[in-house]
Amino acid sequence: MKVALFVPCYVDQFYPQAAIATLELLEKLGCEVHYPKNQTCCGQPMANSGYEHLTGGCNNLFIDNFAGYDYIVCPSGSCTLHIKEHLHSHENEDKASEIRKRVFELTEFLVDILQVKSLEASFPYKVGMHQSCHGLRGLRISQMTELVAPPFSKPAQLLGMVKGLELVPLSRADDCCGFGGTFCVVEEAVSSKMGKDRVDDHIEHGAQYITSADLSCLMHLEGILRRQNSEVKVIHVAEILNHSI
Amino acid sequence: MSSNATKDHPQLAAIFNRDEPRVDWHDETLWWVRAKRDIAAHKLPEWELLRETASQIKNNVLSNLSTYLEQFEANAINNGIIVHWAATAEEHNKIIYTLLEKRGISRMVKSKSMLTEECHLNEYLLKQGIDVIDSDLGERIVQLAGEPPSHIVLPCIHKKKEEIGDIFHEHLGSAKGESDPKILTETARQHLREVFLTRRAALTGVNFAIAETGEFVICTNEGNADMGAHLAEIHIASMGIEKIIPERKHLGVFLRLLTRSATGQPITTYSSHFSKPQDGKEIHIVIVDNGRSIQLGREDFRNSLKCIRCGACMNTCPVYRKSGGHSYHTAVAGPIGSILAPNLDMEKYADLPFASTLCGSCSNVCPVKIDIHDQLYKWRQVIVKAGYTPKAKTLAMKGMAFTLSSPMIYRAAGKMGRFTFKYAPFAVNNGANPWYKHREMPKAPEQSFGEWYAKRKENKK
Repeated sequence: MKVALFVPCYVDQFYPQAAIATLELLEKLGCEVHYPKNQTCCGQPMANSGYEHLTGGCNNLFIDNFAGYDYIVCPSGSCTLHIKEHLHSHENEDKASEIRKRVFELTEFLVDILQVKSLEASFPYKVGMHQSCHGLRGLRISQMTELVAPPFSKPAQLLGMVKGLELVPLSRADDCCGFGGTFCVVEEAVSSKMGKDRVDDHIEHGAQYITSADLSCLMHLEGILRRQNSEVKVIHVAEILNHSI
Repeated sequence: MSSNATKDHPQLAAIFNRDEPRVDWHDETLWWVRAKRDIAAHKLPEWELLRETASQIKNNVLSNLSTYLEQFEANAINNGIIVHWAATAEEHNKIIYTLLEKRGISRMVKSKSMLTEECHLNEYLLKQGIDVIDSDLGERIVQLAGEPPSHIVLPCIHKKKEEIGDIFHEHLGSAKGESDPKILTETARQHLREVFLTRRAALTGVNFAIAETGEFVICTNEGNADMGAHLAEIHIASMGIEKIIPERKHLGVFLRLLTRSATGQPITTYSSHFSKPQDGKEIHIVIVDNGRSIQLGREDFRNSLKCIRCGACMNTCPVYRKSGGHSYHTAVAGPIGSILAPNLDMEKYADLPFASTLCGSCSNVCPVKIDIHDQLYKWRQVIVKAGYTPKAKTLAMKGMAFTLSSPMIYRAAGKMGRFTFKYAPFAVNNGANPWYKHREMPKAPEQSFGEWYAKRKENKK
């Protein structure tokens, strides 16, 4: 199974350890992982700001890098969703549509495609799971509290396989953290308030770590935690699933 | 409202956020309503089917709007209702003024209607010397405070009971410092009773108009629409063209969804049907377009006309909860307002589709399944192309697109960025950086993943 690793730009630059964990985890689980080296960004920062028409260059570059693989796996729900919903190309629409079908967020890939039943991981801490909205409501990696439907959660299912890990409950299971791409700077007042409240919910329930399938939310929450000199740390779900003592 | 006209959502939201305990209180209050909605929805196993049914009925309505409106008009006339058509807000206001003027009526009682807010009817009538009193309790409070509603279902949800006590003390003569909700409600009741008994004209909104029967339905919890309409000689109903539903049997679907979504109630206390005037009295209905047919013609946004004004999207919206209704500077606030307002005036409301994280919770609670967050995304594209964004943002986006389209430039910029973060943090950690105001910047690692991977490959050879 030829898997291409899609490492979003901000993960590449600021959180290489999450991408390394993703790569190692996929290899452990028997995938042949390739990292197309000329990848940059999915184009979401522009598109969500209303500049989708400027994403042609990113789209074509993405297609050049990722066409032809069995699967494309990404440790970020938000970027995955952007590719799934908005990757188009005048020159290569066939390849674009193929890629849209083959791109997966890491936890959904592990649960749905690899059908992982057990993991050699341990992480003896109390962990709060922040549901990133794009992973949750966009990719539907977990059930959403607004809908009347049976609950499930792909990341929680995987975290349940980790030895020693205690998942703490939250008062608001899937409230948005307020990152929202350029929203975090354009609407800094509301964005930071949302982030503070999200962090508080985890802290009140005794979380030592906040994890998520999306680093963009975690980057925002980490910024708030560090400003508060909090002991609580953020960690990408891949790092936990790849963690052993 | 006028003072808000020059400020955009981020500025107004920042002002609201200066008082953090108040933001917490506002957020908690609305979350409590959202939680009640969840409990009510989860009691019905058929909830998602109901939503789908409502959505399909509305699809039918929007595809056959003129047919249903004409059918409604014919049946309403047959029932003895007088039907008026208004293409714009101005026409709507004028029709109502003419009806009052002809009868020499200078005082009117009104039941909550967001359409009249949209048309700025109160201000217009006031200028013509007509006194209008809003009879919904929440509406009356904001009216006395000289403010617009901040929420379409809970118009004064932004006010604390102590503040309401002060307003009532000033305007209705209640005791100074009185904040007991029971006593304040009784004060309002006595005041409004006098109003109901003395007004010759009553205006109400319309929740649902039924094409098949020519009747219309108004939902209130206080019975104020009935009080006004039954006691006055002339009842004027203002209705947007999208309020039509084909048949009476469809009403059950919407009535079951409306209040469960709005407040978690199984049904409104009063769901009143109006089909013909009493002897010696008149019922008029003003059917208003005011930009709706333009929205109907915008393929990406027509779904927004399915809205039944339950306000669920506001209660669930984390941005609305933490920025307050007035930050949206439009009659209908929150996520739904942000997709309706740019249709009315794209330049004035260019900020609203950006006042969202696109979290999607609004679309999930919507009882008629409007794709609200997708429409917010689409409005952003339209607004940018129409040129209603700051030049600096466009330049930044162009720079970003250029950098990210080239792997070489991207890698160089990444390296430079990380270098700056590490060795010249003052360049990013300063007051000009809106991120840094409340948050630390991420720490810059020694190497990017790309650099690590290249070395790993080298070592493996």
